[in-house]
Amino acid sequence: MVHSAKGVLALTAALLLSTAAVAQDKRVVTWNADYDPIPLAAAEALIADFEAANPEIDVQLTNFDHEGYKNAIRNFLTANPPDLANWYAANRMRPFVEAGLFADISDVWAENGLMESLASSVPSSTIDGKQYAIPYTYYQWGIYFNRDAYAAAGVEVPGPEGVTWEQFLANCEKFAAANIDCVTTGSSALWPVAGIFDYISLRTNGYQFHSDLAAGKISWTSPEARAVFEQFGRLQPFVTDNHAAIDWQDAAALFVQGKAANYVMGNFAVGVFKEGGMTNDNLGFMVFPEITPGLARAEEAPTDTIHLTSGAQNPEDAKKFLAFMASAEAQTKWNAAVGQLPTNKNASVDAADPFLTAGFEALSTATGGIAQFWDRDADAEYAKAGMEGFQQFLVQPEQLEAILARLEQTRLRLYPQ
Amino acid sequence: MAQATQTGAAARWSQRKIAPWLFLAPGLFMFTVYVLWPIVQSITLSFYDWNGLYNQNGEFTGTFVGVANYAELMTDPAFEISLWNNVKWLVLYMLALPIGLFIAIFLNQTVTGIRLYKSLFFFPFVISQVVVGLMFAWFYAPNFGLFYLLTEWITGDGTAILADPDLVTYGIIIAGLWPQIAYVMILYLTGLNNVAPDQIEAARLDGAKGWKMLWYVVLPQLRPATFIAVIVTVIGALRSFDLVSIMTSGGPFGSSRVLSYYMFEMALGEFGFRMGYGAAIAVVLFAIMMIFISGFIWKMWRDETER
Repeated sequence: MVHSAKGVLALTAALLLSTAAVAQDKRVVTWNADYDPIPLAAAEALIADFEAANPEIDVQLTNFDHEGYKNAIRNFLTANPPDLANWYAANRMRPFVEAGLFADISDVWAENGLMESLASSVPSSTIDGKQYAIPYTYYQWGIYFNRDAYAAAGVEVPGPEGVTWEQFLANCEKFAAANIDCVTTGSSALWPVAGIFDYISLRTNGYQFHSDLAAGKISWTSPEARAVFEQFGRLQPFVTDNHAAIDWQDAAALFVQGKAANYVMGNFAVGVFKEGGMTNDNLGFMVFPEITPGLARAEEAPTDTIHLTSGAQNPEDAKKFLAFMASAEAQTKWNAAVGQLPTNKNASVDAADPFLTAGFEALSTATGGIAQFWDRDADAEYAKAGMEGFQQFLVQPEQLEAILARLEQTRLRLYPQ
Repeated sequence: MAQATQTGAAARWSQRKIAPWLFLAPGLFMFTVYVLWPIVQSITLSFYDWNGLYNQNGEFTGTFVGVANYAELMTDPAFEISLWNNVKWLVLYMLALPIGLFIAIFLNQTVTGIRLYKSLFFFPFVISQVVVGLMFAWFYAPNFGLFYLLTEWITGDGTAILADPDLVTYGIIIAGLWPQIAYVMILYLTGLNNVAPDQIEAARLDGAKGWKMLWYVVLPQLRPATFIAVIVTVIGALRSFDLVSIMTSGGPFGSSRVLSYYMFEMALGEFGFRMGYGAAIAVVLFAIMMIFISGFIWKMWRDETER
């Protein structure tokens, strides 16, 4: 009895002490995120910086498993909203904005001059004229190539300016003769094929066409859409067989081993290529070749964002943190640690990393526009139907008419004319 | 005294009336909460268009659309493919019965170490479906899978089953059959234990042998085992979700989808969150299952009342 009373007393004392510690006037900002270990460490470093500058604020990050987060966010935004939550720009955030779960942060944008410094990300952060997101990182897509495979097939290695589309296809013939896959991909998760399609679409008809196509404004049976599939069809014979049954990492293995020469991928794949033994000496990067001459070059760069929730307990301090995440210093630091590109144009990238430098260069000179990626530009259901169509076309190009008819049917159902 | 017996009788009577319900109550409660109520909810939800979100005040954000979800199903090619794949699963899964019976008869002998052989044959049923799916996915994998290399060696051109829209469903069904055969086998093995030896003896004296013995003497005695085996196989075929999810995620381009997986994709998948549409698929799947379930219940009812 005495023991337990002692225990209770000790516990009460401990609780009092701990509340006293918290009660040192620290205002709490909660943040739910879905980081892998490296980005998580980078985020924690940023939090430390922020807390050092704002000692009265305590930012508490709750990290979720990446896949689990996609479902968790749907529950916690209603049931137990944190102040801040990670998500993605453009159409991916639309359901949460429309359900009133993400808060309007146009004031943060206006007060911190973000329209200027985050100019390239304004369209993807805006819905109905209001900003709902702070973009803090993106990464370029493009063609990664294996110099050893080029050497093995006796093909001239592309220079920094890349090659023309005709040259690229001519090279593919040579790779085919050398029994090397010209372009590899692993489409069992569907999205990798969307990268190839997006680029062919952007290069054939330009950014506006592609954006309208993703928004359901353009018929799949129109001559312009057919032109995209015609170019896609020219590439089709040179894409790795059986890509539908393998993951993108499996295809990365083919690429690293020199069984494939080119890989249309996002910059996050560089880590995988290097783990597989590639170095800056034999791994190269080029922007996707121009197809229709004279089109303003557009690029793909999916953006990751942070949002203020409508149920936030401490919106004032959360906004302070958002402004910090938008700043050039914070973005430089986080992206340097993670190996991605800052969205703030005043931020800088690690000059020693050729892929980041090339990506920063490619994106900052992309006068055509920055696409988010098919599955973020298009509505979820439309995106899925599209990606299944692209995958099927790569497997069964003779089914083109059936694929286009089905996509058109889906479009007319989702976007009644 | 007389009054006491009377109340005693009344108490006994009410006891006999109440007791069964008391014993049933926990089960009924669970059944209502976890089976009946979700069925009602799914059916209700199937008349709504809802993305699964509540707004900030916790209010439901769906809109009532009547039978629009069902009308859309009628013209949805993906639904048609899923339905056909379910039919393929149902038909081909039935192969588990003859194969399971064959192995059971083969193993139903007394040799040293037969227990070990039996457990080895039973092994695939013990391991998780996820593991079975992964093993077969590697078996079929292009470039390094055993099956791919085998076909490459025989025909000179490897077949990647999981990348081929025409073969993929059969590939997954074969993976599913492996543990299902083991399950049916164990059911038949226990059934064979109960086959009356005197009847076998009598049949033998009458000159019955081989197929005739199996067909006229053994199989009729295995009827209870066959009945259970059919039930678990039908349910197993209609529940085929984990293998599809692990091996192909419904791909390539949706060719290996089954109804249960399509429902998951539509309601909870990354590009789905159409709760109403998913619920409508679930209702259709439920209706199909109901055909079989009512058949089984009817048969069981008949057997019980005839006795």
